[in-house]
Amino acid sequence: MAGSYPSVDVDFSQAWNLTPVSAADWLIVAPVVISMIGGAVCLMARKNTDAQPKLGLIFLVLLVLASGGLLLRVLDKGVITMVMGSWLPPFGIAFTVDALGATLCLIASVVALCAGIHGAATVDNTGRRYGFYPFLLLLMTGVCGAFLTGDIFNLYVWFEVLLISSYGLLVLGNERPQLDGAVKYGILNLIGTNLFLIGTGLIYGVFGTLNMADIAIKISEMDAPASGTLATIAALYLLAFAMKAAAFPVNFWLPASYHTPNIVISAVFAGLLTKVGVYALLRIFVLIMPASREYMADLISVVAIGTMIVGALGALAQSEVRRLLGYLVICGIGSMLAGLAIGSTVAISGAIFYAVHSIIVMTALYMAAGVIYQMAGSYDLRKLGGLYGASPAFAAIFLILAFAVSGLPPFSGFWPKVMLVEAAINDSRVWLAVAILLSGFLTTIAMGRTWIYAFWRGGPEGTEDGKSVALSPKTLPIPAASWVPVCMLTALVIYFGLQPEGIMHLSAYGSIGLIDPQGYVNSVFGGAQ
Amino acid sequence: MRTVIFRTVAPYLTALMVLFSIFVLLRGHNEPGGGFIGGLIAASALAIFGIACGVASVRRAIVFHPMSIAGFGLLLGAVSALPSLFKKQPFMTSQWLEFKFFDVNVALSTPLFFDIGVYLVVVGAISSIALALEERESD
Repeated sequence: MAGSYPSVDVDFSQAWNLTPVSAADWLIVAPVVISMIGGAVCLMARKNTDAQPKLGLIFLVLLVLASGGLLLRVLDKGVITMVMGSWLPPFGIAFTVDALGATLCLIASVVALCAGIHGAATVDNTGRRYGFYPFLLLLMTGVCGAFLTGDIFNLYVWFEVLLISSYGLLVLGNERPQLDGAVKYGILNLIGTNLFLIGTGLIYGVFGTLNMADIAIKISEMDAPASGTLATIAALYLLAFAMKAAAFPVNFWLPASYHTPNIVISAVFAGLLTKVGVYALLRIFVLIMPASREYMADLISVVAIGTMIVGALGALAQSEVRRLLGYLVICGIGSMLAGLAIGSTVAISGAIFYAVHSIIVMTALYMAAGVIYQMAGSYDLRKLGGLYGASPAFAAIFLILAFAVSGLPPFSGFWPKVMLVEAAINDSRVWLAVAILLSGFLTTIAMGRTWIYAFWRGGPEGTEDGKSVALSPKTLPIPAASWVPVCMLTALVIYFGLQPEGIMHLSAYGSIGLIDPQGYVNSVFGGAQ
Repeated sequence: MRTVIFRTVAPYLTALMVLFSIFVLLRGHNEPGGGFIGGLIAASALAIFGIACGVASVRRAIVFHPMSIAGFGLLLGAVSALPSLFKKQPFMTSQWLEFKFFDVNVALSTPLFFDIGVYLVVVGAISSIALALEERESD
């Protein structure tokens, strides 16, 4: 606190960006700030379990509004940047928002809002006291921060924020299987984050900068872009983010941990966490290191094929609904990696569209599994049955979600698969196209089996054909807070299936912005103004 | 651990350490120190008090639950980054308010409040862990 710092006669324009910033540009940081303040307020009020859902939902609605406003602003102005503390880039930490980041931020916020509503019904007072809403909001701080930041070390920090919150959510309730799952999840993610940090250290050592736009320029100006150092960094990043995204062969932590916590927490994890890994892969390998992506394209396509097939076969082998869905998350990651492996504009758009679809549909499916549990008291396919009789409407919703996750028309999973298959064939990567179609086919079988067992047959295993077993009436009716978010997400799935133009346009915009980094760079260094 | 000497000294030691932690917090802007290290010193002060006089008396002394203190720190840190909104400057741009108070130059600034926020987060989080561990031991 030594005295006279601000009154010294210094030329601030040497270090500071002195152009006035309009209040609308504050939308860039609004999602992070709102969710952080919301998390802090909910944390202070966590003993008041009745107020928790209200407070949490207020901030989640604000978060959705802010992210929506941000997306509109990006569509209006192109890529926008705000550098923290007025410092000039590349020294200040930049938040640079393009169509990709803003779209994912909005979808993630919507999903978090749905989770907040669902949690009001399924998270009991103990869970609220242990901080479900604070952790959910702080998780969103990390997720939104990761989608919006334009600084690679800052990306690491947001990863840490979301991981720490996710550890908290994972052990909420303190049951033995949860702690077991959290250890596996924690250790693998710790290794992944460390690899990410090592890669970032190497980047800083080589280029002397951490700003993504600055690194992208410096890499494109290098003489030998596939040099040994860069290949090392690229390999480290690929492994680190593949771990986060649960790609084959580092996918085993996901089915080992995602079925342990409260179902709404699994839903958020399945929707958001792996997709942040995919987002980081797209950002790093398409925007920053395009040469390394080409260099590793064959490797990435092998990983993608492995991920899709392992995910689909794993789903077929499971008889526990949550574990089955965990494998379907992995299967979807494979499709997104296929887009990364091909790397054309259509393929990257397909990967972005698939990410949006997968965030919505996986969250909805996990929540639907939660509703199944509320109705029938089990997640085990052998013990389920007769739910069609209990609620034909819910059976229809589950069937829609099953179609969507398998990539069948007319729902949201169909279009990105079409784009990815088309791009794969145009790039003469026939095996990738075959794997995408095959994994869709296997997923259809796995989801069809789930639907037939849980909904169509009369009762649990051993029930005679033609007989139906009534559910115990105490479980009905299901509270509105638990089925309304499932309906909201299903409505989105149907909407994106029937009206894909909007989201296709957004993902194409995002993918062009990634492949040609000029707009991104201009936004950071002011070339556009 | 609860010897007479330790029990007698601990309150004074705690008070001194908390005072020192605030000194370290305030000098942090331009000199070694700051919210993080200050918070660690304060948390260890509370831990010593807990070892000597029991966790219940620490909880009584700090009035609020440690996690609530951490939450308030996070809130303070986040809010301290906002005032630049009203001066059309980017997020986290520091704002300074200087005035004379009995011939002493006082410079209040948003980084100071951010640092206090960090201090409270660290005090809250670390003492929450420390108190939980001490409680477990005395069961």
